Amino acid sequence: MKLELRGITKRFGSLIANDSIDLVVEPGEIHALLGENGAGKSTLMNVLYGLYQPDGGQILVDDEPVSFHDPGDAMAAGIGMVHQHFMLIPVFTVAENVELGHERTRGLGFLDKRRARAQVAEVSKKYGLEVPPDALVADLPVGVQQRVEIVKALIRDAKVLILDEPTAVLTPQETDELMDVMRSLRDGGTSIVFITHKLREVKAVADRITVIRRGKVVGEVGPETPAPELASMMVGRPVQLTVDRKPAHAGEPVLQVEGARVVDARGQVSVDDVSFTVHAGEIFAIAGVQGNGQTELTEALLGILPLDGGRITLDGRDVTRADVHDILTAGVGYVPEDRLHDGLIEGFTIAENLILDAHDTAPFARGASLDLARIRSNAEERVAEYDVRTQSVDAPASTLSGGNQQKVVLARELSRPLRLLVASQPTRGVDVGSMEFVHKQLVAARDQGTAVVLVSTELDEVLGLADRIAVMYRGSIIGEVPSGTSAEEIGLLMAGTRPEQLDHAKLSAAAVSGPAGNPAFGADTDDRDQEGEAR
Amino acid sequence: MTTTAETETPPAPAPEPETPRRRSLGSNTVVVTVLAFVAAMAVGGILIAFADEQTRTASSYFFAYPWDTFRYGFAAIGNGYLALFEGAIFDPGRAANGTLNGYLGPISETLTSATPLILGGLSVGLAFRAGLFNIGGQGQIILGAVFAGFVGFHWDMPIGIHVIAAVLAGALGGALWGGLAGLLKAKTGAHEVISTIMLNYVALDLLGYLLGVKGFQAPPYGQAISENIDDNARLPHLLGSSMRVNVSLFIALLGAVFFWWLMTRSTLGFKLRAVGGNQFAARTAGISVERGYIVVMLIAGALAGLAGVAQILGTNPAITGDIDAGIGFDAITVALLGRANAGGTVLAGLLFGALRAGGVQMQSSTGTPVDLVEVIQALIVMFIAAPALVRAIFRLRGRGGAVGAGELAKGWNG
Repeated sequence: MKLELRGITKRFGSLIANDSIDLVVEPGEIHALLGENGAGKSTLMNVLYGLYQPDGGQILVDDEPVSFHDPGDAMAAGIGMVHQHFMLIPVFTVAENVELGHERTRGLGFLDKRRARAQVAEVSKKYGLEVPPDALVADLPVGVQQRVEIVKALIRDAKVLILDEPTAVLTPQETDELMDVMRSLRDGGTSIVFITHKLREVKAVADRITVIRRGKVVGEVGPETPAPELASMMVGRPVQLTVDRKPAHAGEPVLQVEGARVVDARGQVSVDDVSFTVHAGEIFAIAGVQGNGQTELTEALLGILPLDGGRITLDGRDVTRADVHDILTAGVGYVPEDRLHDGLIEGFTIAENLILDAHDTAPFARGASLDLARIRSNAEERVAEYDVRTQSVDAPASTLSGGNQQKVVLARELSRPLRLLVASQPTRGVDVGSMEFVHKQLVAARDQGTAVVLVSTELDEVLGLADRIAVMYRGSIIGEVPSGTSAEEIGLLMAGTRPEQLDHAKLSAAAVSGPAGNPAFGADTDDRDQEGEAR
Repeated sequence: MTTTAETETPPAPAPEPETPRRRSLGSNTVVVTVLAFVAAMAVGGILIAFADEQTRTASSYFFAYPWDTFRYGFAAIGNGYLALFEGAIFDPGRAANGTLNGYLGPISETLTSATPLILGGLSVGLAFRAGLFNIGGQGQIILGAVFAGFVGFHWDMPIGIHVIAAVLAGALGGALWGGLAGLLKAKTGAHEVISTIMLNYVALDLLGYLLGVKGFQAPPYGQAISENIDDNARLPHLLGSSMRVNVSLFIALLGAVFFWWLMTRSTLGFKLRAVGGNQFAARTAGISVERGYIVVMLIAGALAGLAGVAQILGTNPAITGDIDAGIGFDAITVALLGRANAGGTVLAGLLFGALRAGGVQMQSSTGTPVDLVEVIQALIVMFIAAPALVRAIFRLRGRGGAVGAGELAKGWNG
């Protein structure tokens, strides 16, 4: 099926979200729609899926003009969509979710469950999309839930599949698996519209790439286009994808963790006997697949979670039992992995969010009173310095884009003298332009002599920034490697290969495409991540 | 609940150029509040008409001669609301006798009724800003009245000092009762809605018990009423003994100023708002959420306790079983109407005080049941909780309907 969008325009009030966009998706191709957050990608797809009515332009299926009044029309025309946030009912089984809205019954109104299961099994087999038909959706990892969504679309005979930011919620392994699925769908004749802002994925899987910026198409290119060029098309200016950094001048030890152990509320050991030292002026990265204890480790470092064993010292001072306030006051900055959950108060103004952890100290407090003038001037300085895009420092943080929210968190944490900065997933959900900025700030903090702990699941980020790299797997640090180690070796460590087996594993790695399967990383911690993403 | 550092009004939605005027009107909470009041008065008017004997009789031959129904109906509405106005604001008939009481009597009644409502509303609003729903106004008012009353009639102190001691005792009583709910929430996670409601029952029965205990109960021990408050412990009247308005009005206004300072200008208020805004981010920023719960409930309890003080040291001569007079629950509606900020709560308290004062006059002079006032109060709050409905009635465009309701319902997530 050939899908064509001609001159699609969509306005929201005075904002033009889509400005006469042309897009042609040929049968059996993976067409990437690349653009920053807010560029208008999702709006365009919602127009295509019948969720929004366009203000101008037309949609053509196999060169015939069509109009979709609701998603039902779009589905009937062979268009399926997998939303970024899944539209699944957690307490239903996979087969029930797939049937939802299209239930078939036998006599007396009983649901034909056998048929549903058979259909799921058939589609699974045909496209190599493994899903357990009788499992409850709530019990499945995110990657498998996404496959359920894809199966759902395929069972309704989707010829064009729209994937809206599908990798935002996936681990690197799951992303690789998804790409395999996409390729096999394409080879089976299904067209895929792949919406993303991640360059690496686009280059790996797309046949053609349409780049959108501020609601307009800025160009259509092939996957051979170099990443920096794609990035500058997206952002509208040259972007530096790798940060220039001089060799680290590691100083005295700042943070020492010895045998740290964290047991969560359900009695699961999420951090198990972790020891490491971070020195002033170096970036120490903790890599690993999401849900291997990094979250708990960082929260323990900040005193948010209590340690069940081990010792943490900061500049030689024992802070194992110190509370959050003491640790922050001792010169620790913290960029939490989920900024909306832990980093910002959305209802507070930008100015208020910028003093969240310093509101009761000079210069923002005078006795029991806040110094509103200082709070405001501080906010205006920080907003200018960190290029936070906002109309006013009195706007609520909820009005900012993800990248600008992250800049607010960074501005707050870096604007006081720090001994240690703990940055957890600092570029998650942040567009390319902001990502460059965040990375520069981390390196600048390092160069000023701050010890930096960078927790990241993004291999590129770890490789580009770290001076030393530790890999966490199932709550332990499985190995520590120097900067300059290959992505392949770190990928193997992330999948649970022990360092002493690395040489052997590398030899057999050629036979295995990518790290093996879905490691059974603790389902307990995984739940939390999904919550975070869903929010 | 959204807040800003500079002012207490909720921030306007991001201004969009070229938006129609009606749209910005519809987004304005003040406009919606006023329109909710107008809509509630209109519905109340229909009820007044139906409660009127003559109108009902006329409606039996409505299809033969509809004019009678409208004539009598509008007359009933006019008389009813006129009486409400005369009872609450100014009564030309009473003013004709030329006394101060004649001129200012109705206003005095309005202010007297408004005082405990303002204090109670501030109490509920304060807790609300920290993410807690304080349903315990009744219990905190009772404890405030019991503490203040006990000091007032049992202790013997010099003039001046006695009343101050009694006021402080009342604040302490309310603070203890509110703080208890805060402590339970902080230490055990008990939901404050449950614990404050239960503490209301405990307070009611405690009061019932005390009113039967010698030393508390007034001789000759036949009635459930406490001893009379010592004159030294009573709050002075402002406009002479013939009018009930008293110094407790200033306590309420001071309370509102304190609330404003706390919420917009103080570090403590910043902490409390942070806890209410996002407890996880607050904790990550080194703010103790548990301490926040305890502190806010202590202060909220103290404010409600002062409402009890206004009742017992200002208006009533002795403690009775119904010293709370429904203020604890009306305080919730006052706080909702006042959008949990200081100025709004004072205005809402004055409005409800006026309705209370005028309702008495309306019943005595036109026979419209005083319950109508409660219906109007309830309708106002319902219209405010459903801003989309108000906008639909008055054909205003604005933000999605769920926004306002979400604000009001948020406390339940505590």
